[in-house]
Amino acid sequence: MTATTTDTPPPEVRDERVAKVGLWRRLLLKPEFGSLIGALVVFVFFATQSTVFWHANGVANWLDPASTYGIMAVVVALLMIGGHFDLSAGVQLGTAGLVTAILTTEYNLVVWVAMLVSLAVCLGLGFLNGYLVIRTGLPSFIITLSTFLMIQGLNLGLTKAITNTVSVGGIDQEPYFNGPEKIFASQVTLFGQKYYIAILWWIVFTIAATYVLMKTRFGNWIFAVGGDETSSRNVGVPSSRTTITLFMVVSFAAWFVGQIYLFRLTSIQANAGFGFELIYIAAAVIGGCLLTGGYGSAIGASVGALLIGMTSQGIVYAGWNADWFKFFLGAMLLLAVLTNQIVRKYAEQSRR
Amino acid sequence: MTDAQQQSTPEPGGPTSATSAPLLEIREISKFFGSVISLQDISTTVRAGQVTCILGDNGAGKSTLIKILSGVYQPDHGQLLMNDEVMTFSTPRQSLDAGIATVFQDLAMVPLMAIWRNFFLGSEPTKGWGPFQRFDQEMAKRVTRKEMLDMGIDIRDPDQPVGTLSGGERQSVAIARAVHFGAKLLILDEPTSALGVKQAGVVLRYIVQARDRGLGVIFITHNPHHAYPVGDRFLLLKRGKSLGDFAKSEISRDELTRLMAGGAELEQLAHELDREGEGRSKIGAELAEEVKSLPTG
Repeated sequence: MTATTTDTPPPEVRDERVAKVGLWRRLLLKPEFGSLIGALVVFVFFATQSTVFWHANGVANWLDPASTYGIMAVVVALLMIGGHFDLSAGVQLGTAGLVTAILTTEYNLVVWVAMLVSLAVCLGLGFLNGYLVIRTGLPSFIITLSTFLMIQGLNLGLTKAITNTVSVGGIDQEPYFNGPEKIFASQVTLFGQKYYIAILWWIVFTIAATYVLMKTRFGNWIFAVGGDETSSRNVGVPSSRTTITLFMVVSFAAWFVGQIYLFRLTSIQANAGFGFELIYIAAAVIGGCLLTGGYGSAIGASVGALLIGMTSQGIVYAGWNADWFKFFLGAMLLLAVLTNQIVRKYAEQSRR
Repeated sequence: MTDAQQQSTPEPGGPTSATSAPLLEIREISKFFGSVISLQDISTTVRAGQVTCILGDNGAGKSTLIKILSGVYQPDHGQLLMNDEVMTFSTPRQSLDAGIATVFQDLAMVPLMAIWRNFFLGSEPTKGWGPFQRFDQEMAKRVTRKEMLDMGIDIRDPDQPVGTLSGGERQSVAIARAVHFGAKLLILDEPTSALGVKQAGVVLRYIVQARDRGLGVIFITHNPHHAYPVGDRFLLLKRGKSLGDFAKSEISRDELTRLMAGGAELEQLAHELDREGEGRSKIGAELAEEVKSLPTG
């Protein structure tokens, strides 16, 4: 059998093995493809249920939750592509808002300084998450579940100890409030309809994340570390640095969104952000991220957030009880995961 | 084949009397792990544009030898010489910097990533400056295609994930990558062992291609049928010892096969099986038959 290998194996044309990949399959192979279709379906569905849904007023209304979910979903997607979870992403957002609010209202720090301290705290938490994951080699699910619980406890405990209530308010009475308010919570009028500036930030985050992921060395490392950490380390990818950076990016976004909530509402609850972490993960998965890492898209996660935003408001417009939102979210997630799986199998079969 | 260049017939273990210095000379290398002798007095040479095959069964010490060459282990005795210069590799990095690229069995590739992303993984070319520095993707794709073309593979679609490539193609990507990043000496760790007959043939062709591009190649295998067609030099290992270091002109394919198969051991086995009862005598007879058919070395 093996003796068939002669000194010069006959030349063969191997091109026929590279199947032609049509435009349709190419589209199907894009991780964000499923979420785009899903978003379209959800939009059409709710548009038929209620005319307000697709009028400027309604659009502004569902773009708003989509934007804050979206900023987080994008960075959570980066982390997931890098092979990790951050269950503390939601409560860190609470921490970010609380630190800024408490430092300004209780300790009379200038609001800008308080924001910087808050940023430092968040980046520290992100570093801690990443460092623990790297050093212990434990699944990030467990590490961040512990930090999630601890941060949640700290948010509640410290806020109560300092303010004797579970919420901090009155930041709009502080000097220099208008500056950050402009950045994080102002509204822009477009064709007679007011939109929150967070929508703009959402777009910026999506573009930046997509650029980093697709066009830079660091993006290549994210895919590599999530796809096969040992292999990537063997060829010289700084995998620990990549992972820690990703966790810190998530924390940075949590800080950013925390400020958006704080300056928009001028107060913040001690349990702010609790439960959001799963919505971010859901958005990333709907957007085509694999739970095992190494595959996914920032745009997809962004569209996933859009889909979730549309659903959360669409249910209200359609005149249903808002309690149904979670059911729809779960159903969409399941549907997205199943479609993604089928689509990927179908699309990759042709390439064997 | 470049048999004409096989001018000298060095004694196993002795220094070569070649006209030019070999790319790599392994001189009486020994490695011990505690009381276990993993390698003892192993010598061979690798020349630029030639393939040295290292053959041996499991436990022969092939892996230890690769790890010494790639800087993972340090030898307890003996020397490594590159172009007549004594080298010490205390880390894999030093070995890489000296131009020794090892393609391990797991290939160090990420299956879900595109070929070109894998090709440059860890050594991405960049363009632009400061915060606008970005991965030069056009160049990466172009170079990947070109390097693969040079190996005789036309990848029309560099965006194809490596996971969808066949084993042989993956191997070729790993080899092309090593060549591109300046390897002078390529070490291939059992590149054909997990492959089918046809795929193995494809990989053998890449080995020839790498050789023709002027690289020295060390091809580790336990299959003499794979080694003989491409090899210029054969080092046979058995239980950490050298069974011989032959130029191609000194050994025939059948002798190589016989040495590898351990002809004497097979005879012994046939004998034993013969003795152990009626039921097994048939197997024994067949084995004995097979041993006889092998030419005596």
